[in-house]
Amino acid sequence: MSEMIETLEQTALSDYKYGFVTDIEADEAPLGLNEDIIRFISQKKCEPEWMLKWRLKAFRYWLSIEDKEPTWANISYPKIDYQNIRYYSAPKQKIAPGSLDEIDPELRKTFDKLGISLNEQNRLSGIAVDAVIDSVSIGTTFKAQLAEQGIIFCSITEAIQHHPDLVKKYMGSVVPMTDNYFAALNSAVFTDGSFCYIPKGVRCPMELSTYFRINAENTGQFERTLLVADEGAYVSYLEGCTAPMRDENQLHAAVVELVALDSAEIKYSTVQNWYPGDKEGKGGIYNFVTKRGICGANAKISWTQVETGSAITWKYPSVILKGDNAVGEFYSVAVTNNFQQADTGTKMLHVGKNTRSRIVSKGISAGRSNNSYRGLVQVGKNAHHSRNFSQCDSLLLGDKCGAHTFPYIETKNSTSIVEHEATTSKIGEDQIFYCNQRGIDTETAIALIINGFAKEVMNQLPMEFAVEAQKLLAISLEGSVG
Amino acid sequence: MLSIQNLHASIEDKKILNGIDLQINAGEVHAIMGPNGSGKSTLASVLAGRNDYEVTYGSVEFDGVDLLEMSPEERAREGLFLAFQYPIEIPGVSTTNFIKTAVNETRKHRGLEPLDAVAFLKLMKERMKLVKIDQSLLSRSLNEGFSGGEKKRNEIFQMAMLEPKLAILDETDSGLDIDALRIVADGVNTLKRADNAVLLITHYQRLLDYIVPDFVHVLYNGRIVKSGGKELALELEERGYDFIKQEVAEEV
Ligand SMILES: Nc1ncnc2c1ncn2[C@@H]1O[C@H](COP(=O)(O)OP(=O)(O)O)[C@@H](O)[C@H]1O
Ligand SMILES: [Mg+2]
Repeated sequence: MSEMIETLEQTALSDYKYGFVTDIEADEAPLGLNEDIIRFISQKKCEPEWMLKWRLKAFRYWLSIEDKEPTWANISYPKIDYQNIRYYSAPKQKIAPGSLDEIDPELRKTFDKLGISLNEQNRLSGIAVDAVIDSVSIGTTFKAQLAEQGIIFCSITEAIQHHPDLVKKYMGSVVPMTDNYFAALNSAVFTDGSFCYIPKGVRCPMELSTYFRINAENTGQFERTLLVADEGAYVSYLEGCTAPMRDENQLHAAVVELVALDSAEIKYSTVQNWYPGDKEGKGGIYNFVTKRGICGANAKISWTQVETGSAITWKYPSVILKGDNAVGEFYSVAVTNNFQQADTGTKMLHVGKNTRSRIVSKGISAGRSNNSYRGLVQVGKNAHHSRNFSQCDSLLLGDKCGAHTFPYIETKNSTSIVEHEATTSKIGEDQIFYCNQRGIDTETAIALIINGFAKEVMNQLPMEFAVEAQKLLAISLEGSVG
Repeated sequence: MLSIQNLHASIEDKKILNGIDLQINAGEVHAIMGPNGSGKSTLASVLAGRNDYEVTYGSVEFDGVDLLEMSPEERAREGLFLAFQYPIEIPGVSTTNFIKTAVNETRKHRGLEPLDAVAFLKLMKERMKLVKIDQSLLSRSLNEGFSGGEKKRNEIFQMAMLEPKLAILDETDSGLDIDALRIVADGVNTLKRADNAVLLITHYQRLLDYIVPDFVHVLYNGRIVKSGGKELALELEERGYDFIKQEVAEEV
């Protein structure tokens, strides 16, 4: 075997630069999961009775399916011991700081290190941030400014307290607590996350974003995000995630629900960079996430994800195209290196007439990793003249990694058109040598090829994040070549 | 500029180059001719640093330094350029972006600031004229879906952008119609200066009507078996390679 292939396989993971641990005193629940823990969480969050009831209902449902953890995904991992996880951990400080100035300086430093300033003056204009560390939101910027237009942007905990009607109406309406194993678990134990409501006809004037950070040891992160865009509203939202390097695996099971009412548009972008584990496959986040949106008539939901982190990714951002003429989009780049495993894709459920969906999935595998695309396109019997186009491309670096595509198509309507295209290619030695011969070193050549391959998806990201995401792609694959 | 001494190289234990000696000075144009499979592309690949090939004996000096010690990208940045016999396709990477990266990596190596978008575009426009290449071609993915002729022209365009000291053109003429051949040859001639050199690898004398070589070498079985002036090319054209093969057989 030639040297190039060997170096491709050396897969020395570059330093995960977000791997630090912040030394913050935490207010924690004991390890384990039972009704008392759920009561504890609910109490810590000062929740109303209805919320606790909802949680307990979800918990009882989860108990009934406890041994039925899904096994259909193309991933393998040791059995998760749900009693050996801490379900609540909060940095010790006033739960809800009165203003951003009151945030613990250590916490502020953590976010500074991540390149996220919670100081409104220092922020790039045009981005409001909600920062979530372990189980709680520690602050949301630009709240007042957004409120002037009737936009609510706050932590879900706050929303439960201050906007119970909206939460009651929409939480669980897109992802019911019984939807799946991890959604049930999340419904029982979710700790924080972001809530956003854009009123009728309002175009949100800035990007909204949430940064999730797991800090404490043995702690699971179960956040819950709910975005509602009322009729004719528009919002672009970005989430980012990082975690310290730890030898044990940590569980992250989030639920994200998007509601785009008639003629509304939601653009949801994710740059997922949870700790992927080391190059021997030790440690890393298990990422089991349920993300789904529902579109009213003429509404549009667009998911864009750049997935570079996590030891295991199990994630299928989906769109229910309920209203006529609704549009769903899914743009994804998933990178796996070393021993990472990703089983990710989307579901596009065409219900209304003239609904359209577009899926662009780009999988990049290196090292000994496994990268699967799993997508469902379902066209209901009344979804006349609907259209789907799916493009799933895989790119392999080296020959010890795997790429798999599992497209499922179910159509019950003969006037609709579903198209699926898939390609698999390899970064060839010829390509690398050609670049080398033009003075481009192998590392740069790989970055050039990867970014070219992922361009269609990267172009969907908000400008501010596209550059960051490009760098992230290169960093995730650094060391996977000579 | 380039000094090859008794170069032996093999691939997968198969000996392909069996003692090449070649001296190229600045300002010269050399042509290497020879039948298929004689090792012409192998020689080009070895010089460019392709690591599938193992150099088993001999030495190569490029501008006084040991070429064989350098990585392929260092060789390129030092001014060695290879126009590939079969240019490689890289989907998703625009030709412009590729060349810009190449130009700026080379500039960095020489301690120069990278060209900004405006300066780069200006340079590009100017060099595009040399090979009559179209802007629309350059915004497409590198070599993807290019015709044979477009690929070859793109190679010469890259040469024009990178201004190498030594350009090795591996059968750049094959697959070109007469008009394209003339354009490519004109480009190469325009780029020719007293301080650079060209090594033309070709099958046919045809190209040498347009790019006139100072020396012609015949490569056969991994060795240069005959060298001469430009007349040698004409002789080969007339008599074919068989007489060379015969001569070699007689010598043994
Ligand atoms: N990758 C390879 N593996 C095995 N043999 C090769 C390889 N590349 C070239 N060869 C052999 O080396 C010899 C010289 O090839 P090449 O240098 O391409 O000749 P030319 O360019 O003169 O036609 C041929 O016999 C060819 O089959
Ligand atoms: Mg050849």
